[in-house]
Amino acid sequence: MFDLDRWHEIFITISRNKLRSFLTAFGVFWGIFMLITLIGGGRGLENLITGQFNDIASNSCFMWSSRTSEAYKGFRKGRWWQINNRDIAIIKANVRGLDEISPVITPWSATENNVVRGEKKGTFSVQGNYANYDKIDKQTMTFGRYLNDIDVQEQRKVCMIGSRVYEALFNRGEDPIGQDIRVDGIYYKVIGVGEGSDNINFTGDKSEMITVPFTTMQKLYNYGDNVDILCAMAKPNVAVSEIQEQIETILKVHHSIAPNDKQAINSFNLETMFMQVGYLFLGVNILVWIVGFGTLFAGIIGVSNIMMVTVRERTQEIGIRRALGAKPSTIMTQIMSESFVITAIAGFLGISFGVLILQMIDLGVSSDGGETTVFQINFFTSVVAALIIIILGTLAGLGPAFRAMKIKPIEALSEE
Amino acid sequence: MIKLRNINKTYYNGAPLHVLKGIDLEINKGEFVSIMGASGSGKSTLLNILGILDNYDTGDYYLNDVLIKNLSETKSAYFRNKLIGFIFQSFNLISFKNAIENVALPLYYQKVGRKTRNKIALEYLDKLGLKDWAYHMPNELSGGQKQRVAIARALISKPQIILADEPTGALDSKTSAEVLDVLKKVNATGMTMIIVTHESGVANQTNKIIRLKDGIIEKIEDNSEHALSTFDIQNIK
Repeated sequence: MFDLDRWHEIFITISRNKLRSFLTAFGVFWGIFMLITLIGGGRGLENLITGQFNDIASNSCFMWSSRTSEAYKGFRKGRWWQINNRDIAIIKANVRGLDEISPVITPWSATENNVVRGEKKGTFSVQGNYANYDKIDKQTMTFGRYLNDIDVQEQRKVCMIGSRVYEALFNRGEDPIGQDIRVDGIYYKVIGVGEGSDNINFTGDKSEMITVPFTTMQKLYNYGDNVDILCAMAKPNVAVSEIQEQIETILKVHHSIAPNDKQAINSFNLETMFMQVGYLFLGVNILVWIVGFGTLFAGIIGVSNIMMVTVRERTQEIGIRRALGAKPSTIMTQIMSESFVITAIAGFLGISFGVLILQMIDLGVSSDGGETTVFQINFFTSVVAALIIIILGTLAGLGPAFRAMKIKPIEALSEE
Repeated sequence: MIKLRNINKTYYNGAPLHVLKGIDLEINKGEFVSIMGASGSGKSTLLNILGILDNYDTGDYYLNDVLIKNLSETKSAYFRNKLIGFIFQSFNLISFKNAIENVALPLYYQKVGRKTRNKIALEYLDKLGLKDWAYHMPNELSGGQKQRVAIARALISKPQIILADEPTGALDSKTSAEVLDVLKKVNATGMTMIIVTHESGVANQTNKIIRLKDGIIEKIEDNSEHALSTFDIQNIK
C-alpha cells in the first residue's frame, strides 16, 4: 500500500510546475474554505437568532383585544371590548389541546419614579401574572422564587423583581428577600429576583420589570375582571394555531364579535415566527450549499483541467514509461494519485483554515460571555467535507487518467 | 529466438495502406542484424511489431517461443519490460529524472526496491563509462552520453533482444562510431541486437543486413565480412 517510490514520483511531478500546482490547489482550497465558512457562518447566525427565543416556549401564543371592525348583532363597528376572567375559565374548560392558559395584566406605561425603596427609586413597568406564566416565558431566578399559586389565590402583596430593578433599589450583595418596596404607592414584599435577559420578550424587558400576582394587580389597579393579554400554551404535539383558532372562536361568541372580524383580536404566535425564521435559514442553508459547492466544484474542475493539460504535456514521457514496461493501470494510478494528493492537501488545508476563521469569529462574538460555540461546523460536517474532497479529488483524476491510459507508446514516441 | 511468419499489417487511416506484405524472418540468438530500407518501406512498422509496440493483422510472431499475438496492454507491457530493450534515435530519456533514475526505470516497473535498482543501475552506468555522470540530468549530458544512458536502460532488465531505432541518427560521426562500438560490445556478450537504420555505414557494422522494400523483404545479405562499401551508390539512400 505505502509505496515510497510512488510518493516520490507524485512529489516530483507536482513540484515540477510549482506555480501551476499551487494555483490549482488554491482553487480547491478556496472552494472548501468557502463551503466551511459559509456553513459555519449560517449556523452561527441561526444560533444567534434562535437563541433570542430561548426563553419563550415556541408552542405559545399571545392575544389581546382591539376595536371591532365589523358591525354585528346590533353592535356598531369600532367598539372596544375586553377579555375578562370569565373568558379564561371558559377557554380552560373548552379548548382541546390547551396546556396552560395565563392571563396577564400589563399597563402600557409607568409613571416617573414609580418604584421606591427608602432613598432609592426608579421607573419600572409592573406586570400581573399567574404562576403558570413561568412555563410560557421562563425566568431564571438569582434570588428567591417565582410567584406561586397561593400568592395568586390569596392576592398577596408580593413581587418578583428583575435584575435591573434589584440594582436600582438594593446595594450590591444585599439580600432582597422579605424587603418591602413601594410600587405605585403600594408596598410589596420582595420574594425573588429574576435574571431577565437581553433576549426578545413579548411583554417587555424582564430585567426592568416588577412582577406581582395577577389577582393582586387586578384588584389594586381597578381592572375589575378585565385582562390585558391572554397567553396560551399548546400541549406537546398540538399546533398552536389549532388552539388559537378555538380560543378566538370562543372570544368572538362571548363578546358578540363578527366571526369574520379580523381586527378585533390581535395575536402573536411564536410558532409562525419560528417557522418564518426556520424557512429563512432553510433558504440561507440552501444558498450556502449551492454557492459553497459551486465554488468547490469550480476548484475540482480546475484540477481536472490542469491534470488534462499535464497528461497532454507528458504524452511522450508516458509513452516512454509504457515502452519500458509500465502497465496502463500503473499510469492510471499515478495520474489519479497526483490529482488526489493535490485535492486532499488543498482540501484539508481549506477545512483547517475555515475552522480557524470560524473559531476566531466565534471568539469575537462570544467574548463578552463564555457562551457555547455557535459559529462552528460540527465534527460530522467536517468529516463529510473531507469525504467529499476525497471523492471529488479521485473523480477529478479519473478523466485525465483514462486519457493517459489510452496513450499508446508508439504514438507518443513518434510525437517529437 | 525471433520467428516471423507471413506478417501482414495494414493501416486504416483514410485509404488503407498495406505496409507489411507477408514478412517471413528468423533471427537467432546472439545475432547482430540491421534492417535497412527507404522510408515507407515498412521498417519502422516491423520494428514496432518486433517491439510489441504495435499489433499485426495476420501471421505469427514468436519471441522466445512465445506467440506474441493480440496481447492485452498489460500483458504486452509485461513482455516489453521483460524481453525487450529499446534504444531510440532521440534517446527518449525522461527529462526530469537523472541518469541513474532513468536507467533504473525498467526495474521500477518490475517492482525492484529502490536501493537494489539504483545499485544495479550504477553498475550498468559504470560499464558504459558514465559512473561520474550518474546524478546528472539528461540536459547536462552530451548526445553520446545520453545514448549510452539509454543503452544502459535498455540493458538493465536483461532483455532477450535489443531493438535500436536509428541509434546514431542524432549523433555526429565520431560519437556514432563510439555508440556503435558499445553496441558491438554488447552483442559480443551474446545479446541479440536489431538495428533499424538507413545509413549503410551503420549497417555495415552488423553481421546481417535485411533489406526491406515496399513491405516485403527484398534480400537478406550476410555481412560477416563487413565488406559493404559505404560508397556504394545503390545503398546510400
